[in-house]
Amino acid sequence: MTDTRAAVESVFRQESGRIIASLIRIAGSFDRAEEAMQEAFAAALASWPVKGIPENPAAWIMTSAHRKLIDAARREQTRREKQDSLRYETEAAGAPEPGENEPHNMIFPDDRLRLIFTCCHPALNVEAQVGLTLRALGGLSTPEIARAFLLPEPTLAQRLVRAKRKIQEARIPYEVPSKGRLPERLAAVRAVIYLIFNEGYAASSGTELVRSDLCAEAIRLGRVLCELLPREAENIGLLALMILQHSRRDARVAGGRLVTLEEQDRSRWDRAAVAEGLGLVDGALRLGPPGPYQLQAAIAALHAQAGTPQMTDWPQIAALYEKLLEISPSPVIGLNHAVAVAMSGRVEDGLKLIDDLGSSGALEGYYLFHAARADLLRRLHQNRDAAMAYQRAEALASNPVEVEFLRRRLRELATA
Amino acid sequence: MRYMMLVYSTEGPDGLTPEEYARISGGHRTVIEEASRKGVLIGAEPLAPTSTATTVRMQNGKALVMDGPFAETKEHLAGYYIIDCENLDEAIEWASKIPTECQGNPGCIEIRPLRFQPSAAGTETTALPAALND
Repeated sequence: MTDTRAAVESVFRQESGRIIASLIRIAGSFDRAEEAMQEAFAAALASWPVKGIPENPAAWIMTSAHRKLIDAARREQTRREKQDSLRYETEAAGAPEPGENEPHNMIFPDDRLRLIFTCCHPALNVEAQVGLTLRALGGLSTPEIARAFLLPEPTLAQRLVRAKRKIQEARIPYEVPSKGRLPERLAAVRAVIYLIFNEGYAASSGTELVRSDLCAEAIRLGRVLCELLPREAENIGLLALMILQHSRRDARVAGGRLVTLEEQDRSRWDRAAVAEGLGLVDGALRLGPPGPYQLQAAIAALHAQAGTPQMTDWPQIAALYEKLLEISPSPVIGLNHAVAVAMSGRVEDGLKLIDDLGSSGALEGYYLFHAARADLLRRLHQNRDAAMAYQRAEALASNPVEVEFLRRRLRELATA
Repeated sequence: MRYMMLVYSTEGPDGLTPEEYARISGGHRTVIEEASRKGVLIGAEPLAPTSTATTVRMQNGKALVMDGPFAETKEHLAGYYIIDCENLDEAIEWASKIPTECQGNPGCIEIRPLRFQPSAAGTETTALPAALND
């Protein structure tokens, strides 16, 4: 029994994205597709312990869900015939023809691709995009997503209902965008996946610093995107970036404390993940001129290749940040550039770049700005100014683990 | 699917110069001609300026009449289009062609599906057909 349950759960985990995408195409409705899939999995839990696990479990689920869709469409038709007349509503979704398709050819590879673009459509708000993507493609349940984002479950459920209604009523298309729109829409998809990753990587709330489950889920989605559109260098760049950052997860927090890159025990980095990430970076860079994710992945790769902090190729990292600033200028990237310049031995130049950034005021409320400035001042032995900057950073930081890190630095300065 | 595209414009202090007027009305003419040629234009009208607007609000069964548009916003409704589109992406495509500087300064287009759609029987659709949610 436990074996069967595990088998059902594993099929759900691995295949539900693919199955739901095909069911949505057939049913023309998120809700009915989800309902049919849930019923099919419930049927599997009842049937498989008795009849054994089928040879192709995903096809079994697909066939069963398809049948349930047909039944539901028939019931709906009967209901409508009885009600008749005065219907302003548009046509009911066409009832699937029984026996029209065999399950194995009902799953088209591009169904998930269409679904990704629907879930990440810019006409939906970002929170809804994230929720729908995790729900439909990640196979996460509403309670799971609510927990991951520390939201009350009804809030998230409401958000998903509203988004699905908008998809239906404003007719957000279920298709891969036209060539002209593809680049910008693909960028939106990557942004959603990276947002999920970052929510897990730098949890802005909650007491844990890293929520690995969300990171792992984002990486899984990144893999799906690469599998569906393998020639897109930026998709590979995004995947590489996430894998490389995630390879440091075990070294990044020790005893509930944030450990900076410089202080991390590098033997605790996930070597297999680093190797995979490095390979992906190489492959992506060969595909064409690098975009922002590839550049960030290349930076992460340089960190990953350094056996010790002293061996880090900071001049190269500073050059990559400069390139990144050219194609997507932002104060945060400017900050990283300044830090890289400082680390490549030009601490005073770095501090000057930071102070230039600071004069715009854009980073005034960003704790990492003050933390980075404090760090450079500390390196220049300007301890009083450093302490003041650490205090500003501490007042702005929201994650308890990060606050603790800044306090530790302040204590160190006090005793220096 | 019929979408209404509400053209919001910001009123400029001096209105439009004759050149600007020619350019903007030319922009509208292009959209109207293209949509008519494709047989998807259901309607399009510009509105007179907001200085001519009157707002009526029913309160306790009595009509409360007020001068001006209801909302004190910078952007005002300057006109509308109703265009028959396959889906929202196509509507966005149209909306990005419609000029919004009609009252002096650029504004935005709000896209809203019409509440009631004619029966789409027989039309090929790639979008999710309406269903459920009832």
